[in-house]
Amino acid sequence: MAVIETHQLEKMYSVGFWRKRPKHALYPLDLIVEEGEIFGFLGPNGAGKTTTLKLLMGLVFPSAGSARILGMDLDDPRMKAQIGFLPEQPYFYDYLTARELLRYFGQLSGVDAKRLTARVDAVLARVGLRDAGNVHLRKFSKGMLQRVGIAQSILHEPKVVFLDEPMSGLDPMGRREVRNLMEELQIEGKTVFFSTHILSDAEALCDRVAIIHEGKLRGVGAVEELTAGVRAQVEVVYAGTEVPAALVALGAECRVAGDTVRAVVPQGEQEAALEALKRERLRLISLTPLRASLEDYFVAQLGSPKIEAAEVLEHNT
Amino acid sequence: MNDHIFHIATNTFREAVRDRVLYNLIAFALLMSGAAVLVGQISIGIERLVVINLGLTAVSLFGVVIAIFIGIGLVSKEIDKRTLYTVLSRPVRRWEFIAGKFFGLSGTLVVNTIFMAIGVFGALLYVSHGLERSDALVLLALYFIVLQFVIITALALFFSSFSSPLLSAVFAFSLFVIGSFAEDLRRFATIAHGLTGWLATGAAYLVPNLSALNIINQVAHGTPVGGQVIAYDTAYALMYTIAVLSGAVLIFEHRNLK
Repeated sequence: MAVIETHQLEKMYSVGFWRKRPKHALYPLDLIVEEGEIFGFLGPNGAGKTTTLKLLMGLVFPSAGSARILGMDLDDPRMKAQIGFLPEQPYFYDYLTARELLRYFGQLSGVDAKRLTARVDAVLARVGLRDAGNVHLRKFSKGMLQRVGIAQSILHEPKVVFLDEPMSGLDPMGRREVRNLMEELQIEGKTVFFSTHILSDAEALCDRVAIIHEGKLRGVGAVEELTAGVRAQVEVVYAGTEVPAALVALGAECRVAGDTVRAVVPQGEQEAALEALKRERLRLISLTPLRASLEDYFVAQLGSPKIEAAEVLEHNT
Repeated sequence: MNDHIFHIATNTFREAVRDRVLYNLIAFALLMSGAAVLVGQISIGIERLVVINLGLTAVSLFGVVIAIFIGIGLVSKEIDKRTLYTVLSRPVRRWEFIAGKFFGLSGTLVVNTIFMAIGVFGALLYVSHGLERSDALVLLALYFIVLQFVIITALALFFSSFSSPLLSAVFAFSLFVIGSFAEDLRRFATIAHGLTGWLATGAAYLVPNLSALNIINQVAHGTPVGGQVIAYDTAYALMYTIAVLSGAVLIFEHRNLK
Protein backbone atom coordinates (compact mmCIF):
# COMPACT_ATOMS: atom_id res chain seq x y z
CA MET A 1 0.00 0.00 0.00
CA ALA A 2 1.32 3.44 -0.95
CA VAL A 3 1.72 5.59 2.15
CA ILE A 4 3.13 8.65 0.42
CA GLU A 5 2.18 9.56 -3.14
CA THR A 6 3.14 12.65 -5.06
CA HIS A 7 1.83 13.39 -8.52
CA GLN A 8 3.62 16.04 -10.56
CA LEU A 9 4.26 17.92 -7.31
CA GLU A 10 5.97 21.15 -8.20
CA LYS A 11 7.14 24.28 -6.43
CA MET A 12 8.22 27.53 -8.00
CA TYR A 13 9.26 30.75 -6.32
CA SER A 14 9.67 34.24 -7.67
CA VAL A 15 13.15 35.63 -7.25
CA GLY A 16 14.58 39.07 -7.89
CA PHE A 17 13.51 42.41 -6.51
CA TRP A 18 12.54 44.53 -9.49
CA ARG A 19 12.19 41.99 -12.27
CA LYS A 20 10.67 38.93 -10.70
CA ARG A 21 11.50 35.69 -12.44
CA PRO A 22 10.33 32.20 -11.59
CA LYS A 23 12.75 29.72 -10.05
CA HIS A 24 12.01 26.04 -9.70
CA ALA A 25 12.65 24.75 -6.19
CA LEU A 26 11.12 21.43 -7.20
CA TYR A 27 10.37 20.20 -10.72
CA PRO A 28 7.29 17.96 -11.14
CA LEU A 29 7.88 15.06 -8.80
CA ASP A 30 6.23 11.64 -8.99
CA LEU A 31 7.10 9.48 -6.02
CA ILE A 32 5.54 6.56 -4.20
CA VAL A 33 6.66 5.31 -0.80
CA GLU A 34 5.26 1.99 0.35
CA GLU A 35 4.07 1.08 3.83
CA GLY A 36 6.80 -0.10 6.22
CA GLU A 37 9.69 1.21 4.12
CA ILE A 38 12.68 3.19 5.26
CA PHE A 39 12.93 5.58 2.36
CA GLY A 40 15.94 7.84 1.91
CA PHE A 41 15.60 11.13 0.11
CA LEU A 42 19.10 12.07 -0.96
CA GLY A 43 20.69 15.09 -2.51
CA PRO A 44 23.27 17.77 -1.89
CA ASN A 45 22.41 20.91 0.04
CA GLY A 46 19.88 23.01 -1.85
CA ALA A 47 18.70 20.07 -3.96
CA GLY A 48 15.04 20.40 -2.98
CA LYS A 49 14.81 17.88 -0.15
CA THR A 50 13.52 20.30 2.48
CA THR A 51 11.17 21.93 -0.03
CA THR A 52 9.63 18.52 -0.72
CA LEU A 53 9.23 17.83 2.99
CA LYS A 54 7.69 21.26 3.56
CA LEU A 55 5.24 20.60 0.76
CA LEU A 56 4.28 17.27 2.29
CA MET A 57 3.85 18.89 5.72
CA GLY A 58 1.64 21.65 4.29
CA LEU A 59 4.10 24.35 5.33
CA VAL A 60 4.40 25.59 1.76
CA PHE A 61 1.84 25.17 -0.98
CA PRO A 62 2.53 23.49 -4.32
CA SER A 63 2.59 25.55 -7.51
CA ALA A 64 1.16 22.52 -9.30
CA GLY A 65 0.50 18.84 -8.74
CA SER A 66 -0.75 17.05 -5.68
CA ALA A 67 0.27 14.69 -2.91
CA ARG A 68 -1.46 12.35 -0.50
CA ILE A 69 -0.26 10.75 2.70
CA LEU A 70 -2.03 7.64 4.01
CA GLY A 71 -4.53 8.20 1.23
CA MET A 72 -5.59 11.56 2.61
CA ASP A 73 -5.09 15.16 1.49
CA LEU A 74 -2.18 17.12 2.95
CA ASP A 75 -4.45 19.45 4.93
CA ASP A 76 -6.50 16.67 6.51
CA PRO A 77 -6.12 16.80 10.33
CA ARG A 78 -6.86 13.04 10.54
CA MET A 79 -3.77 12.42 8.44
CA LYS A 80 -1.66 14.84 10.48
CA ALA A 81 -2.57 13.02 13.67
CA GLN A 82 -0.88 9.95 12.18
CA ILE A 83 2.41 11.49 11.03
CA GLY A 84 5.47 12.77 12.87
CA PHE A 85 7.91 15.37 11.58
CA LEU A 86 11.41 16.41 12.55
CA PRO A 87 12.43 19.65 10.78
CA GLU A 88 16.01 20.31 9.74
CA GLN A 89 18.05 21.90 12.57
CA PRO A 90 15.03 22.08 14.84
CA TYR A 91 14.55 24.92 17.25
CA PHE A 92 11.99 24.68 20.01
CA TYR A 93 10.47 26.98 22.60
CA ASP A 94 13.52 27.44 24.80
CA TYR A 95 11.52 28.72 27.77
CA LEU A 96 10.05 25.23 28.18
CA THR A 97 11.63 22.14 29.64
CA ALA A 98 11.90 19.07 27.43
CA ARG A 99 9.03 17.45 29.34
CA GLU A 100 6.81 20.56 29.02
CA LEU A 101 7.51 20.77 25.29
CA LEU A 102 6.62 17.14 24.74
CA ARG A 103 3.44 17.51 26.79
CA TYR A 104 2.47 20.52 24.67
CA PHE A 105 3.07 18.68 21.40
CA GLY A 106 1.28 15.62 22.77
CA GLN A 107 -1.75 17.76 23.58
CA LEU A 108 -1.73 19.27 20.08
CA SER A 109 -1.49 15.79 18.59
CA GLY A 110 -4.49 14.65 20.61
CA VAL A 111 -2.67 12.16 22.85
CA ASP A 112 -5.02 11.05 25.61
CA ALA A 113 -4.32 13.01 28.82
CA LYS A 114 -4.13 9.80 30.88
CA ARG A 115 -1.45 8.34 28.61
CA LEU A 116 0.50 11.54 28.02
CA THR A 117 2.81 11.43 31.05
CA ALA A 118 3.76 7.82 30.36
CA ARG A 119 4.36 8.54 26.67
CA VAL A 120 6.54 11.57 27.45
CA ASP A 121 8.66 9.52 29.87
CA ALA A 122 8.92 6.68 27.35
CA VAL A 123 10.14 8.83 24.45
CA LEU A 124 12.55 10.77 26.67
CA ALA A 125 14.08 7.45 27.71
CA ARG A 126 14.10 6.24 24.12
CA VAL A 127 16.17 9.19 22.88
CA GLY A 128 18.51 9.11 25.88
CA LEU A 129 17.16 12.19 27.67
CA ARG A 130 15.59 10.51 30.70
CA ASP A 131 17.58 12.67 33.12
CA ALA A 132 17.22 15.92 31.15
CA GLY A 133 13.42 16.06 31.06
CA ASN A 134 13.16 18.92 33.52
CA VAL A 135 15.95 21.03 32.04
CA HIS A 136 15.03 24.14 30.05
CA LEU A 137 15.72 23.75 26.35
CA ARG A 138 17.84 26.90 26.28
CA LYS A 139 20.44 24.89 28.16
CA PHE A 140 20.44 22.04 25.62
CA SER A 141 23.27 21.39 23.17
CA LYS A 142 22.57 21.04 19.45
CA GLY A 143 22.70 17.26 19.71
CA MET A 144 20.27 17.23 22.65
CA LEU A 145 17.85 19.46 20.72
CA GLN A 146 18.05 17.00 17.84
CA ARG A 147 17.12 14.21 20.26
CA VAL A 148 14.16 16.24 21.58
CA GLY A 149 13.16 16.78 17.97
CA ILE A 150 13.18 13.07 17.32
CA ALA A 151 11.26 12.46 20.56
CA GLN A 152 8.47 14.87 19.54
CA SER A 153 8.22 13.23 16.14
CA ILE A 154 7.44 9.79 17.59
CA LEU A 155 5.63 10.88 20.76
CA HIS A 156 2.11 10.25 19.43
CA GLU A 157 3.05 6.89 17.85
CA PRO A 158 2.57 8.02 14.25
CA LYS A 159 2.27 5.62 11.32
CA VAL A 160 4.63 7.65 9.15
CA VAL A 161 7.69 9.55 10.40
CA PHE A 162 9.32 12.28 8.31
CA LEU A 163 12.83 13.19 9.38
CA ASP A 164 14.74 16.04 7.74
CA GLU A 165 18.48 15.45 8.20
CA PRO A 166 18.00 13.46 11.43
CA MET A 167 21.73 12.81 11.95
CA SER A 168 22.61 16.50 11.80
CA GLY A 169 24.38 17.71 14.92
CA LEU A 170 24.80 14.24 16.39
CA ASP A 171 28.07 12.64 17.40
CA PRO A 172 28.95 9.16 16.04
CA MET A 173 27.21 7.43 18.96
CA GLY A 174 24.14 9.60 18.53
CA ARG A 175 24.04 8.80 14.82
CA ARG A 176 24.19 5.11 15.53
CA GLU A 177 21.37 5.47 18.09
CA VAL A 178 19.21 7.26 15.54
CA ARG A 179 19.94 4.59 12.95
CA ASN A 180 18.91 1.94 15.49
CA LEU A 181 15.78 3.92 16.32
CA MET A 182 14.80 4.09 12.67
CA GLU A 183 15.24 0.35 12.33
CA GLU A 184 13.11 -0.17 15.45
CA LEU A 185 10.41 2.04 13.99
CA GLN A 186 10.41 -0.09 10.87
CA ILE A 187 10.11 -3.25 12.96
CA GLU A 188 7.11 -1.64 14.67
CA GLY A 189 5.52 -1.35 11.23
CA LYS A 190 6.02 2.37 10.74
CA THR A 191 7.12 4.02 7.51
CA VAL A 192 10.19 6.26 7.76
CA PHE A 193 10.90 8.93 5.15
CA PHE A 194 14.14 10.73 5.81
CA SER A 195 16.26 13.19 3.93
CA THR A 196 20.01 13.20 4.18
CA HIS A 197 23.15 14.03 2.30
CA ILE A 198 25.17 11.51 4.30
CA LEU A 199 25.24 8.61 1.88
CA SER A 200 26.59 5.98 4.27
CA ASP A 201 23.52 6.43 6.49
CA ALA A 202 21.21 5.92 3.53
CA GLU A 203 23.17 2.94 2.28
CA ALA A 204 23.07 1.27 5.70
CA LEU A 205 19.40 1.90 6.39
CA CYS A 206 17.21 2.37 3.37
CA ASP A 207 15.03 -0.11 1.59
CA ARG A 208 14.83 2.38 -1.26
CA VAL A 209 16.25 5.79 -1.99
CA ALA A 210 15.47 8.69 -4.27
CA ILE A 211 18.19 11.00 -5.54
CA ILE A 212 17.27 14.62 -6.12
CA HIS A 213 19.49 17.35 -7.51
CA GLU A 214 18.67 20.92 -8.48
CA GLY A 215 15.00 20.17 -7.85
CA LYS A 216 14.89 17.23 -10.26
CA LEU A 217 14.48 13.59 -9.39
CA ARG A 218 17.51 11.72 -10.77
CA GLY A 219 16.71 8.18 -9.71
CA VAL A 220 14.59 6.00 -7.41
CA GLY A 221 15.07 2.41 -6.32
CA ALA A 222 16.79 -0.01 -3.99
CA VAL A 223 20.47 0.77 -3.41
CA GLU A 224 21.53 -2.48 -5.16
CA GLU A 225 19.36 -1.68 -8.19
CA LEU A 226 20.78 1.79 -8.53
CA THR A 227 24.41 0.83 -8.05
CA ALA A 228 24.12 -2.14 -10.44
CA GLY A 229 24.13 0.27 -13.33
CA VAL A 230 27.29 2.06 -12.20
CA ARG A 231 30.46 1.20 -14.18
CA ALA A 232 32.42 -1.48 -12.30
CA GLN A 233 36.01 -0.83 -11.25
CA VAL A 234 39.00 -2.81 -9.99
CA GLU A 235 41.65 -1.76 -7.52
CA VAL A 236 45.21 -2.56 -8.54
CA VAL A 237 47.90 -2.22 -5.85
CA TYR A 238 51.57 -2.54 -6.86
CA ALA A 239 55.00 -1.93 -5.32
CA GLY A 240 56.77 1.28 -6.30
CA THR A 241 56.34 5.00 -6.24
CA GLU A 242 55.95 5.79 -9.94
CA VAL A 243 52.79 5.88 -12.02
CA PRO A 244 53.31 4.70 -15.59
CA ALA A 245 51.88 6.99 -18.29
CA ALA A 246 50.12 3.98 -19.83
CA LEU A 247 48.16 3.50 -16.62
CA VAL A 248 47.09 7.15 -16.54
CA ALA A 249 46.02 6.85 -20.15
CA LEU A 250 43.60 4.09 -19.14
CA GLY A 251 41.79 6.55 -16.86
CA ALA A 252 43.23 5.17 -13.63
CA GLU A 253 42.90 7.17 -10.42
CA CYS A 254 46.27 6.64 -8.74
CA ARG A 255 47.38 7.39 -5.21
CA VAL A 256 50.94 6.84 -3.96
CA ALA A 257 51.12 5.73 -0.32
CA GLY A 258 54.66 5.02 0.96
CA ASP A 259 56.24 2.45 -1.34
CA THR A 260 53.00 1.23 -2.89
CA VAL A 261 50.63 2.70 -5.46
CA ARG A 262 46.84 2.18 -5.43
CA ALA A 263 45.28 2.52 -8.85
CA VAL A 264 41.53 2.27 -9.53
CA VAL A 265 40.73 1.47 -13.16
CA PRO A 266 37.53 0.60 -15.01
CA GLN A 267 36.95 -3.17 -14.98
CA GLY A 268 37.18 -3.33 -18.79
CA GLU A 269 40.74 -1.96 -18.64
CA GLN A 270 41.94 -4.52 -16.11
CA GLU A 271 44.01 -6.56 -18.60
CA ALA A 272 45.57 -3.47 -20.15
CA ALA A 273 46.53 -2.18 -16.70
CA LEU A 274 48.22 -5.46 -15.77
CA GLU A 275 50.05 -5.40 -19.11
CA ALA A 276 51.29 -1.88 -18.40
CA LEU A 277 52.66 -2.94 -14.98
CA LYS A 278 54.37 -5.94 -16.58
CA ARG A 279 56.02 -3.74 -19.22
CA GLU A 280 57.35 -1.40 -16.54
CA ARG A 281 58.50 -4.40 -14.42
CA LEU A 282 56.38 -3.28 -11.45
CA ARG A 283 55.40 -5.93 -8.88
CA LEU A 284 51.67 -6.51 -8.48
CA ILE A 285 50.56 -6.80 -4.83
CA SER A 286 46.79 -7.21 -5.16
CA LEU A 287 43.90 -6.99 -7.58
CA THR A 288 40.44 -6.40 -6.05
CA PRO A 289 37.09 -5.89 -7.80
CA LEU A 290 35.29 -2.87 -6.27
CA ARG A 291 31.58 -2.96 -5.49
CA ALA A 292 29.86 0.21 -6.66
CA SER A 293 28.60 2.26 -3.74
CA LEU A 294 25.75 4.70 -3.48
CA GLU A 295 28.39 7.39 -3.57
CA ASP A 296 29.53 6.13 -7.00
CA TYR A 297 25.94 6.27 -8.21
CA PHE A 298 25.59 9.72 -6.73
CA VAL A 299 28.72 10.93 -8.53
CA ALA A 300 27.59 9.33 -11.78
CA GLN A 301 24.16 10.97 -11.56
CA LEU A 302 25.16 14.39 -10.39
CA GLY A 303 28.49 14.53 -12.17
CA SER A 304 29.73 17.59 -10.32
CA PRO A 305 33.12 17.05 -8.71
CA LYS A 306 32.70 20.21 -6.64
CA ILE A 307 29.52 18.95 -5.02
CA GLU A 308 30.88 15.47 -4.58
CA ALA A 309 34.03 16.68 -2.90
CA ALA A 310 31.89 18.46 -0.30
CA GLU A 311 29.60 15.48 0.16
CA VAL A 312 32.43 12.97 0.47
CA LEU A 313 34.18 15.21 2.94
CA GLU A 314 31.04 15.40 5.06
CA HIS A 315 30.53 11.68 4.70
CA ASN A 316 34.02 11.00 5.99
CA THR A 317 33.81 13.34 8.97
CA MET B 1 -12.77 27.26 22.78
CA ASN B 2 -11.43 24.10 21.17
CA ASP B 3 -8.53 22.13 22.65
CA HIS B 4 -5.89 23.29 20.17
CA ILE B 5 -6.72 26.97 20.69
CA PHE B 6 -6.69 26.48 24.45
CA HIS B 7 -3.27 24.75 24.46
CA ILE B 8 -1.70 27.33 22.11
CA ALA B 9 -3.17 30.17 24.20
CA THR B 10 -1.86 28.61 27.41
CA ASN B 11 1.59 28.23 25.89
CA THR B 12 1.57 31.84 24.68
CA PHE B 13 0.65 32.99 28.17
CA ARG B 14 3.42 30.83 29.66
CA GLU B 15 5.93 32.29 27.20
CA ALA B 16 4.99 35.83 28.19
CA VAL B 17 5.29 35.01 31.89
CA ARG B 18 8.63 33.23 31.48
CA ASP B 19 9.99 36.00 29.27
CA ARG B 20 9.37 38.23 32.28
CA VAL B 21 6.74 40.36 30.56
CA LEU B 22 4.92 40.75 33.87
CA TYR B 23 8.04 42.44 35.27
CA ASN B 24 6.48 45.65 33.87
CA LEU B 25 4.27 45.44 36.96
CA ILE B 26 7.27 46.35 39.11
CA ALA B 27 7.77 49.54 37.09
CA PHE B 28 4.04 50.21 37.32
CA ALA B 29 4.01 49.64 41.08
CA LEU B 30 6.92 52.03 41.55
CA LEU B 31 5.17 54.63 39.37
CA MET B 32 1.90 54.36 41.27
CA SER B 33 3.56 54.47 44.71
CA GLY B 34 5.66 57.48 43.72
CA ALA B 35 2.65 59.21 42.19
CA ALA B 36 0.46 58.55 45.24
CA VAL B 37 3.03 59.98 47.63
CA LEU B 38 3.78 62.97 45.41
CA VAL B 39 0.15 63.74 44.58
CA GLY B 40 -0.73 63.58 48.25
CA GLN B 41 1.73 66.38 48.91
CA ILE B 42 1.19 68.72 45.95
CA SER B 43 -2.47 68.36 44.94
CA ILE B 44 -5.07 69.72 47.23
CA GLY B 45 -8.62 68.54 46.56
CA ILE B 46 -7.87 66.91 43.21
CA GLU B 47 -5.77 64.00 44.41
CA ARG B 48 -8.36 61.48 43.27
CA LEU B 49 -8.67 63.04 39.82
CA VAL B 50 -4.90 63.07 39.35
CA VAL B 51 -4.42 59.50 40.59
CA ILE B 52 -7.23 58.13 38.41
CA ASN B 53 -5.98 60.02 35.35
CA LEU B 54 -2.37 59.05 35.88
CA GLY B 55 -3.13 55.48 36.92
CA LEU B 56 -5.47 54.63 34.04
CA THR B 57 -3.23 56.33 31.47
CA ALA B 58 -0.30 54.30 32.77
CA VAL B 59 -2.37 51.09 32.64
CA SER B 60 -3.27 51.91 29.05
CA LEU B 61 0.27 52.76 27.92
CA PHE B 62 1.92 49.79 29.63
CA GLY B 63 -0.63 47.46 28.08
CA VAL B 64 -0.39 48.98 24.60
CA VAL B 65 3.39 48.64 24.64
CA ILE B 66 3.08 44.98 25.65
CA ALA B 67 0.33 44.31 23.10
CA ILE B 68 2.37 45.80 20.26
CA PHE B 69 5.81 44.50 21.14
CA ILE B 70 4.70 40.96 21.89
CA GLY B 71 1.94 40.90 19.31
CA ILE B 72 4.25 41.76 16.40
CA GLY B 73 6.37 38.68 17.13
CA LEU B 74 3.53 36.23 17.72
CA VAL B 75 3.63 34.82 14.20
CA SER B 76 6.81 36.21 12.62
CA LYS B 77 9.04 34.99 15.48
CA GLU B 78 7.58 31.50 15.17
CA ILE B 79 8.31 31.53 11.44
CA ASP B 80 11.83 32.93 11.84
CA LYS B 81 12.75 30.41 14.52
CA ARG B 82 10.85 27.66 12.71
CA THR B 83 9.04 26.64 15.91
CA LEU B 84 5.88 26.81 13.83
CA TYR B 85 6.90 23.81 11.71
CA THR B 86 6.37 21.29 14.48
CA VAL B 87 3.05 22.89 15.41
CA LEU B 88 1.55 23.04 11.92
CA SER B 89 2.70 19.53 11.04
CA ARG B 90 0.26 18.37 13.73
CA PRO B 91 -3.52 18.34 13.37
CA VAL B 92 -3.65 22.07 14.06
CA ARG B 93 -5.40 24.36 11.59
CA ARG B 94 -3.71 27.63 10.77
CA TRP B 95 -6.73 29.61 12.01
CA GLU B 96 -6.52 27.75 15.32
CA PHE B 97 -2.91 28.87 15.66
CA ILE B 98 -3.85 32.52 15.06
CA ALA B 99 -6.79 32.30 17.47
CA GLY B 100 -4.65 30.59 20.14
CA LYS B 101 -1.96 33.25 19.88
CA PHE B 102 -4.60 35.99 20.11
CA PHE B 103 -6.28 34.55 23.18
CA GLY B 104 -2.92 33.86 24.82
CA LEU B 105 -1.72 37.43 24.54
CA SER B 106 -5.13 38.87 25.38
CA GLY B 107 -5.18 36.69 28.49
CA THR B 108 -1.73 37.93 29.46
CA LEU B 109 -2.93 41.52 29.10
CA VAL B 110 -6.05 40.85 31.18
CA VAL B 111 -3.97 39.36 34.01
CA ASN B 112 -1.52 42.26 33.74
CA THR B 113 -4.41 44.73 33.88
CA ILE B 114 -5.90 43.06 36.96
CA PHE B 115 -2.62 43.48 38.83
CA MET B 116 -2.29 47.09 37.66
CA ALA B 117 -5.90 47.75 38.66
CA ILE B 118 -5.02 46.62 42.18
CA GLY B 119 -2.19 49.18 42.07
CA VAL B 120 -4.54 51.98 40.95
CA PHE B 121 -7.06 51.20 43.72
CA GLY B 122 -4.19 50.97 46.22
CA ALA B 123 -3.02 54.45 45.24
CA LEU B 124 -6.60 55.77 45.42
CA LEU B 125 -6.97 54.28 48.87
CA TYR B 126 -3.72 55.91 49.94
CA VAL B 127 -4.57 59.45 48.77
CA SER B 128 -8.22 59.52 49.87
CA HIS B 129 -8.11 57.11 52.80
CA GLY B 130 -11.10 55.21 51.43
CA LEU B 131 -13.00 54.31 48.29
CA GLU B 132 -16.16 55.99 47.01
CA ARG B 133 -19.11 54.57 45.12
CA SER B 134 -18.06 56.48 41.97
CA ASP B 135 -14.73 54.63 42.04
CA ALA B 136 -16.58 51.69 40.53
CA LEU B 137 -16.39 53.69 37.30
CA VAL B 138 -12.64 53.01 37.34
CA LEU B 139 -13.51 49.37 36.73
CA LEU B 140 -15.54 50.41 33.70
CA ALA B 141 -12.61 52.46 32.36
CA LEU B 142 -10.36 49.43 32.88
CA TYR B 143 -12.85 47.31 30.93
CA PHE B 144 -12.70 49.80 28.04
CA ILE B 145 -8.91 49.79 28.21
CA VAL B 146 -8.95 46.00 27.91
CA LEU B 147 -11.14 46.38 24.81
CA GLN B 148 -8.45 48.67 23.37
CA PHE B 149 -5.81 46.03 24.14
CA VAL B 150 -7.87 43.39 22.38
CA ILE B 151 -8.09 45.54 19.23
CA ILE B 152 -4.39 46.41 19.28
CA THR B 153 -3.41 42.78 19.88
CA ALA B 154 -5.48 41.77 16.86
CA LEU B 155 -3.84 44.50 14.76
CA ALA B 156 -0.31 43.51 15.84
CA LEU B 157 -1.12 39.89 15.07
CA PHE B 158 -2.54 40.89 11.70
CA PHE B 159 0.64 42.72 10.69
CA SER B 160 2.76 39.93 12.15
CA SER B 161 1.06 37.44 9.83
CA PHE B 162 2.70 38.95 6.72
CA SER B 163 5.26 41.56 7.73
CA SER B 164 8.58 41.84 9.56
CA PRO B 165 8.52 42.69 13.29
CA LEU B 166 9.92 46.18 12.67
CA LEU B 167 7.33 47.09 10.04
CA SER B 168 4.59 45.47 12.11
CA ALA B 169 5.58 47.63 15.08
CA VAL B 170 5.51 50.77 12.93
CA PHE B 171 2.11 49.90 11.43
CA ALA B 172 0.54 48.87 14.74
CA PHE B 173 1.86 51.88 16.64
CA SER B 174 0.76 54.25 13.85
CA LEU B 175 -2.75 52.83 13.95
CA PHE B 176 -2.79 53.15 17.73
CA VAL B 177 -1.85 56.84 17.52
CA ILE B 178 -4.27 57.60 14.66
CA GLY B 179 -6.98 55.52 16.38
CA SER B 180 -6.56 57.55 19.55
CA PHE B 181 -7.57 60.61 17.51
CA ALA B 182 -10.23 58.83 15.48
CA GLU B 183 -13.03 61.17 16.62
CA ASP B 184 -11.04 64.18 15.37
CA LEU B 185 -10.45 62.35 12.09
CA ARG B 186 -14.19 61.76 11.75
CA ARG B 187 -14.97 65.41 12.42
CA PHE B 188 -12.38 66.40 9.82
CA ALA B 189 -13.94 63.99 7.32
CA THR B 190 -17.33 65.69 7.69
CA ILE B 191 -15.93 69.12 6.82
CA ALA B 192 -13.42 68.06 4.12
CA HIS B 193 -14.47 67.98 0.46
CA GLY B 194 -13.50 66.12 -2.68
CA LEU B 195 -10.75 63.52 -2.63
CA THR B 196 -9.54 64.63 0.81
CA GLY B 197 -13.03 64.11 2.16
CA TRP B 198 -13.25 60.65 0.64
CA LEU B 199 -9.84 59.66 1.94
CA ALA B 200 -10.52 61.05 5.40
CA THR B 201 -13.86 59.25 5.57
CA GLY B 202 -12.27 55.99 4.44
CA ALA B 203 -9.44 56.34 6.95
CA ALA B 204 -11.85 57.28 9.73
CA TYR B 205 -13.78 54.07 9.27
CA LEU B 206 -10.73 51.92 8.67
CA VAL B 207 -8.66 52.85 11.71
CA PRO B 208 -9.88 51.61 15.08
CA ASN B 209 -11.87 54.19 16.97
CA LEU B 210 -9.82 54.00 20.14
CA SER B 211 -10.86 57.47 21.27
CA ALA B 212 -14.41 56.15 21.74
CA LEU B 213 -12.97 53.57 24.11
CA ASN B 214 -11.09 56.14 26.15
CA ILE B 215 -13.31 57.23 29.04
CA ILE B 216 -10.51 58.05 31.47
CA ASN B 217 -11.44 61.76 31.70
CA GLN B 218 -15.12 61.04 32.26
CA VAL B 219 -14.32 58.54 34.97
CA ALA B 220 -11.82 60.87 36.65
CA HIS B 221 -14.55 63.51 36.88
CA GLY B 222 -17.13 60.97 38.07
CA THR B 223 -19.35 61.40 34.98
CA PRO B 224 -21.56 58.34 34.54
CA VAL B 225 -21.37 56.28 31.33
CA GLY B 226 -24.63 55.04 29.79
CA GLY B 227 -25.41 51.36 29.35
CA GLN B 228 -26.02 51.91 25.65
CA VAL B 229 -22.51 53.33 25.20
CA ILE B 230 -21.07 50.29 26.96
CA ALA B 231 -23.05 47.92 24.74
CA TYR B 232 -22.22 49.77 21.49
CA ASP B 233 -18.54 50.11 22.28
CA THR B 234 -18.29 46.46 23.30
CA ALA B 235 -19.98 45.38 20.08
CA TYR B 236 -17.75 47.71 18.04
CA ALA B 237 -14.55 46.43 19.67
CA LEU B 238 -15.55 42.80 19.18
CA MET B 239 -16.61 43.26 15.55
CA TYR B 240 -13.47 45.23 14.70
CA THR B 241 -11.33 42.55 16.37
CA ILE B 242 -13.10 39.72 14.53
CA ALA B 243 -12.67 41.56 11.21
CA VAL B 244 -8.94 42.12 11.79
CA LEU B 245 -8.39 38.54 12.96
CA SER B 246 -10.27 37.26 9.92
CA GLY B 247 -7.85 39.25 7.76
CA ALA B 248 -4.90 37.75 9.63
CA VAL B 249 -6.29 34.24 9.15
CA LEU B 250 -6.97 34.88 5.44
CA ILE B 251 -3.39 35.98 4.85
CA PHE B 252 -1.82 33.31 7.04
CA GLU B 253 -3.85 30.50 5.49
CA HIS B 254 -2.16 31.19 2.13
CA ARG B 255 1.30 32.02 3.35
CA ASN B 256 4.28 29.86 2.39
CA LEU B 257 6.53 29.38 5.41
CA LYS B 258 10.12 29.98 4.41
